Amino acid sequence: MPSRPMIGYAHVTKSYGSLRAVDDVSLDIAEGEFLAIVGGSGSGKTTLLRLANRLIEADGGTIAVEGDDIKNIDPVTLRRRIGYVFQSGGLFPHLSVADNIGITPKLLGEPAANIAERVDELIELVQLDGTAHRDRLPETLSGGQRQRVGVARALAAKPRIMLMDEPFGALDPLTRDALGDDYGSLHRRLGLTTVMITHDMTEAILLADRIAVMRGGQLLAQGTPMELSKSSDAYVLELLRTPRRQVERLNLLLSQDGAA
Amino acid sequence: MSFFADPRWGEALSHLPDYLGNHVRVSLAALALGLAISLPLAILTRNRPAPRAALLALASIVQTVPGLALLALFYPLLLLGASVALKWFGVSFSAFGFLPAMLALALYSMLPVLRNGITGLNGIDPALIEAAKGVGMTAQQTLLMVELPLALPVMMAGIRTAAVWVIGTATLSTPIGQTSLGNYIFAGLQTQNWVFVLFGCFASAMLALAVDQLLGLIESGLRHRSRLHAGLGAIGIAALVAATLVPTMGRSPSGYVVGAKTFAEQYVLSALLRDRLQAAGLSASARSGLGSSVIFGALKAGDIDLYVDYSGTLWANQLHRTDIKPRAELVAELKTALAKDNITLLGELGFENAYALVMPKKRADALGIHTIADLAAHTSTMSIAGDYEFFSRPEWAALQKAYGLQFNAQRQMQPDFMYAAVASGEVDVIAGYTSDGLIAKYDLVALDDPKQAIPPYDAILLLAPKRAGDERLKAALSPLLGKIDIATMREANLRAAGNDANSSPDAVAKWLWGKIGRP
Repeated sequence: MPSRPMIGYAHVTKSYGSLRAVDDVSLDIAEGEFLAIVGGSGSGKTTLLRLANRLIEADGGTIAVEGDDIKNIDPVTLRRRIGYVFQSGGLFPHLSVADNIGITPKLLGEPAANIAERVDELIELVQLDGTAHRDRLPETLSGGQRQRVGVARALAAKPRIMLMDEPFGALDPLTRDALGDDYGSLHRRLGLTTVMITHDMTEAILLADRIAVMRGGQLLAQGTPMELSKSSDAYVLELLRTPRRQVERLNLLLSQDGAA
Repeated sequence: MSFFADPRWGEALSHLPDYLGNHVRVSLAALALGLAISLPLAILTRNRPAPRAALLALASIVQTVPGLALLALFYPLLLLGASVALKWFGVSFSAFGFLPAMLALALYSMLPVLRNGITGLNGIDPALIEAAKGVGMTAQQTLLMVELPLALPVMMAGIRTAAVWVIGTATLSTPIGQTSLGNYIFAGLQTQNWVFVLFGCFASAMLALAVDQLLGLIESGLRHRSRLHAGLGAIGIAALVAATLVPTMGRSPSGYVVGAKTFAEQYVLSALLRDRLQAAGLSASARSGLGSSVIFGALKAGDIDLYVDYSGTLWANQLHRTDIKPRAELVAELKTALAKDNITLLGELGFENAYALVMPKKRADALGIHTIADLAAHTSTMSIAGDYEFFSRPEWAALQKAYGLQFNAQRQMQPDFMYAAVASGEVDVIAGYTSDGLIAKYDLVALDDPKQAIPPYDAILLLAPKRAGDERLKAALSPLLGKIDIATMREANLRAAGNDANSSPDAVAKWLWGKIGRP
């Protein structure tokens, strides 16, 4: 018998007017798993993610987090239990790096001394410089540094689940690669369960254990990259082929240059 | 003598603690009330477009009402409210002075606060609201920890605008009985005391500037998250409030308040009455520049203790009489009628300040005009000017009816400018005052009224109901009764119309007492 999933979607639907943003999706995410959700714009991937911590309420179906139907959990309590990393950081511009990171423990009423200790720990964990960054405002940081703060903030209340909405999408390729790697090792070290949205198939293949493909609100396919490569769906196959084709074209171009 | 050696600067300065203190208190109270109403409304309607639009429209409409009119409207409104409150709940409050001024100014402050509050709250990046939810904030925590701090700089800018508006508009609260820096301006305009006008304008501009700068300091502190700036600004505002509270301490609240309407003769007479009371060892102050319709109500309610009115004015406006009686009979009948309201008509001062149709002597002689009846034949090609209230007074209707006057044009003017206007030919006839010294100065003539369409206007001394049995007060005032003849009053008014050091109401009042006080 398979172990209880950390997050379980069962026949979940969500409509905006006549648009079915999420259409009868069933998906289980196991403890310790790293799941990437891929799909084009408007495929419903962000809606699917936000349903899990009740930033958006489902119209139908059930969602369970750690075995509990989230309808029975107060949304505020639920959100404090789950880390969430926003697309462009979502840092509060009027709060220092330390205050941003410590916000959820503060909301939970933890003593200031504990919060300060935890903030220092997290700054180190996401590889920021404690003395240089701690008391600065977000606007004075680089994009990569801001996203590291975003990750630290999401981890502050020691959640077991992390939801990430294209966390590295707006970064330059080098920063993006470094941040992805760093997060991947954090995920493993802390034993997190991570659901990450990305539109970059390469990133998904490199970071995730499993990939869920969304299209037009429906879950088209799910599985390891290997399993997906055996899919009969043309769109899924096309998505998987893209990174490989890019590499082949790059190799070709680079070798031509080298020959010249 | 140099400009600043003029002793009127010193006199103006001596009023400053009182005028400035009252000005700051009413402005800040109005601003505080305005904020207490507008900020919660801005917060409540931030996610509700329909009520938000309605609210902004309402505030905009209020803003289009001229400041003076808004202030003037609150007096009768509160008067009505006060009578209802007394009847139903048995509580009474004063519809005079501070309360109506504060309420009107508070209403006036609402638009910029509302508009900036709403703009500030709606201008926040929705992603940040989403992030606040995402980290586990409740709606209330989102408001307090994210929305308000982020909207604060924009809100503060609105508060600054409101503060400057309120401080500027507060100068117009003088006619409804609220002492303010406007007292300088109103008194200065009425008595042609440009030192006072300048002083009042300068003082209110400086006050507005100072408050604006202090609030600006707070705003920049909030914007750049500098506790030093915000703290300095807050300390500055607190110091200003504290400084204006000092002069009111240790001053006895009981004391006689002498009212005065908005023209030079009234300023002089109120100064004279105040001096007499003080000479008799009574504490007294003058409350000048009160609107003609406000002052009688203020006396009746006991907000002022005494003032000088004119028999014909009360006859027409308070008793609503259109018939005309001889001087002594009219005063006697008025005395009986006022006694029903417990108001004491102590007696006549001696002179009459009646409305009279006035024109240049030379022109009247050339046209053969001696009486208003002679004038009637010429009015179709003539223009007439009067003060702000004359054309809506029953006397004007009576005059038109009695003589069939049909003027080509009618204009309203500041009373002290009318005489120069008719002397220069700007207008042909003015509705002047018989006690005015300028009639002789400009070589004008007051036309006879053979049909007695204009009632007599004896200057009479009135006491508030609560002073009905005050024998000390009556004794202090009795030396004035019957002592001021028309020639003396005209000379006093002419002196007050001058623009030099001896023309201030206080100086003229002293001159007047020197003239009539000798046994």
